[in-house]
Parts: sequence; structure tokens; C-alpha cells
Amino acid sequence: MTAIVHMDKINKHFGNLHVLKDVELDVAAGEVVVIIGASGSGKSTLIRCVNGLEAFQDGRIEVDGHALAAHGKSHNALKAVRTEVGMVFQQFNLFPHMNVRDNVSLAPIKVRGTDRPAAEKQANALLERVNILEQADKYPGQLSGGQQQRVAIARSLAMEPRLMLFDEPTSALDPEMIGEVLDVMRELAREGMTMMIVTHEMSFAREVADRVIFIHQGAIVEQGRPEEIFDHPQHPRTQSFLARVLKH
Amino acid sequence: MDVQFQFDWHAAFASLPYLLEGIPWTLAISFGGLAIGFVLGILFGLLSLSPSRLLRWVATAYIEIFRGTPVLVQVLFIFYGLPQIIGGPIDALTAGIAAIALNSAAYISEIVRGGVQSIARGQREAGLSLGLSTPQTFRYIIWPQALRRMIPALGNQGIVSIKDTSLFSVIGVGELVRQGQIYIATTFNALETYFMVAMLYLVITMSLSFALRMLERRGLVGQ
Repeated sequence: MTAIVHMDKINKHFGNLHVLKDVELDVAAGEVVVIIGASGSGKSTLIRCVNGLEAFQDGRIEVDGHALAAHGKSHNALKAVRTEVGMVFQQFNLFPHMNVRDNVSLAPIKVRGTDRPAAEKQANALLERVNILEQADKYPGQLSGGQQQRVAIARSLAMEPRLMLFDEPTSALDPEMIGEVLDVMRELAREGMTMMIVTHEMSFAREVADRVIFIHQGAIVEQGRPEEIFDHPQHPRTQSFLARVLKH
Repeated sequence: MDVQFQFDWHAAFASLPYLLEGIPWTLAISFGGLAIGFVLGILFGLLSLSPSRLLRWVATAYIEIFRGTPVLVQVLFIFYGLPQIIGGPIDALTAGIAAIALNSAAYISEIVRGGVQSIARGQREAGLSLGLSTPQTFRYIIWPQALRRMIPALGNQGIVSIKDTSLFSVIGVGELVRQGQIYIATTFNALETYFMVAMLYLVITMSLSFALRMLERRGLVGQ
């Protein structure tokens, strides 16, 4: 089992705030890791360090053999990592001035140098995969939140990533649209995509995760199989967090 | 007191052929100056967004100087002052274009900075996370969106600069106001002539407003 992500004693500070404390984490190829924890616990910051959207002050992250150094000082590695790691954001962050197909084909054309017809053909195939091909000529502002997030997933997949990061992908969605996005993610997990997911959808976490990680005040407190974490949490912090979120 | 108020339409239209000779000069100074001002404005706007403190300082210094002094003083300085340094005359058209360019660039750079900063941080993050470089993210994602948001403010600046060219009658360039003054000197029809001068400015500025509104409407499709 080879690790795609290897995080070694990661420490991050925002001013006086110590947001990540000695985080050690390996993610294996094909593994689905779900990170849970209260708001402000550092779970989003943790996955944003993996593709260098956040710099860290101390430690080392290796992503698919590319070493990211502290303080973001590893330009070439950063570029390589970002082409190999896809990311889906809470706010979708689609490009509002481009239609759906152009959103998906932009990166392959500009980063990989794919020619436009091939990139558009690939975009169409991906949009079909997330069940939204009929909207390909529309602009993001004309789509519902659930549709936008599915386009965002297709856009990331266009770079054929080795790893996908999901930063609360359903938190900005109306309840009736959460299902369609989770369906796409479920399908990706089934196909063997390596995924790191920050989410508040506990039943989804239990269903798709190979491993659940509970993070509290910037430190990994407990991790294990979903049934271990959800049914028999060992740490009192995990117990009280789950008691609060599972009540609803 | 009985004032006989008579607006002579015939006199007004009689001034028109003479005034129209000023239009090419007004347009040349306005749009020549604005074109250069736009390029300079983008340059200084980007400098003011630079991570380098020195470059930001250069942009701030430029903006403060050219925004903080009157455009009339700037054109007088260029037309009468600069020749003393360079040892040769500067023609009035060049001086006018230079003054509009340097002055509008100061305002346009602030418009550029504001436009770029108004684009949500998530757009940049999405671009970078797809593997685009910082310049590519700027060029394909941030800039096109920022430019659309800048259109109303740029239109404003365009109109202000067009009107500013009326001050350049003082350096003898034969633009609209200058043509009007010369015509009035021989006919004494100040009322009718200045009225027509004002109308011609309105035609120019309203055409620009209209063109920009069309551009904006086209740019807003799908957003």
C-alpha cells in the first residue's frame, strides 16, 4: 500500500492561533478519508495544505512523490501537485464568465496543452458522467447549486487527478440538492478515486469512508474505520462531538 | 426691467461648420489620451496590486501626484514648462494627449485595482487548484471578470477626460472650445455658440455612454 499523501508533523499558525498541531497523516491510493470536527477545528485548513492553497510553517507534505516545503517555498512541486490534485469547494467557485463546457475544458487546454476539440469532447463525456450534459452551453449563474457543484466536480476530473479534495462540498446547498452531489461522489469512490473529504454529512461519511478522522483544535484526536468512530468513539472529545451532531 | 431674451437659431447653426472643425482635435486628444491612459492605468493598477512594497509605493506615488494636481496645471507644465528642460517645443496636440493620458491613468489605475480586488478569492483558488499558473489565473479568470465590473467606472472616467480637453483651449490647440472662442471673437454670438459647443460635447459623451452600455449588456450575458 503506497501513500499518495504523506503529512509529516505539520504545524500551522494564523498569527497567535495554532491551527494545525503536529498533524501526521498518510492517505493510501484508492482510500477515501473523511475528516470531521467542529467548525474552526482546522479540517478545511488541513486539506487546503495538501494542494498548497494554505502554507504551513513547519513540517513536510509529500503528494505523489512531490515534496511541499514549509512557507510555500517549493514552486515546481506546487505546480506539479496542483495539476494532479483536484479540489471541490464549498462555494463551487465556477468561472461565471464561461459556459459550463468552457469551465471544464479550460485547464486541460491551458495547463496540459490539449487541443480544443479533444478537450471539449472530454468535457462532454465528463458532463455526461455527472448527468448534466444538457446544460453544457449554459452559464453557471443559470444553474442550481447542486448542478453547479456537479460541474465543479467534472471540472476537477478533467485534469485526471490522482487525488480529489472536497472542502464541505454540500454545505452551501439546499437540502434537496445534497443527494445529487453525494451520488456523484459515491460513484467516484466506487471507481477507486483517492479522496479526502471534509463534510458534515455523517451518514454519507459512514457509508463511503474507509477511514474517518476526528480533528479537534488543530490536532487529530482519533481515527479509524467509520463503524469504530461512529459506534464506539474512544476519546471524550469525539464522543461529545458525535453526540451533538448525530442528535439531529 | 425688461430684458429682451432672443435665442437666434440661425446664428447657432451658422457657428456649426466652424465648431465642427474642432471635433477631430477634441476626439484625438480625448481618445488618444484615454487609450494611452488605459494602458498606463492597467500598468499602475497592477503595480498597486503587486506583492512588492516598492512597486506598490511607485504606483501610489504616481496616483497621488497625477490625481492630486489639476489637469490644467499638468498641461501648462507640459506645454510651457517641459520645453525648457528638453530644449525644444512640444506641439499642443502632443501636450494635450500626454496630459489626458497621465491624468486619466491615475484614476484608471484605481479603477483597475478596485475591479481586480472585487473578484472573490475563491476564483483565484479555483484557478490555482486546477494547475493554472498565477499569470494564467489572472489572464483567463480574474481579468475578464474584473474588466466587466470596471466598465461603468471607466465610462465615467472617459466622460470626465473628454470634458477636461475643453481646458486645453489655453494652449491654443484648435479643439471645440477654442474654435468657439475664435468664432465668438468675430461674431459676438456667445450665447448661441457656447450653446452649440455644449451640445456637441453632449453628443460625444452620450455616444460614449451608449456604446459602453451596449458593451456592458453584452458582457453581462449569463452572469
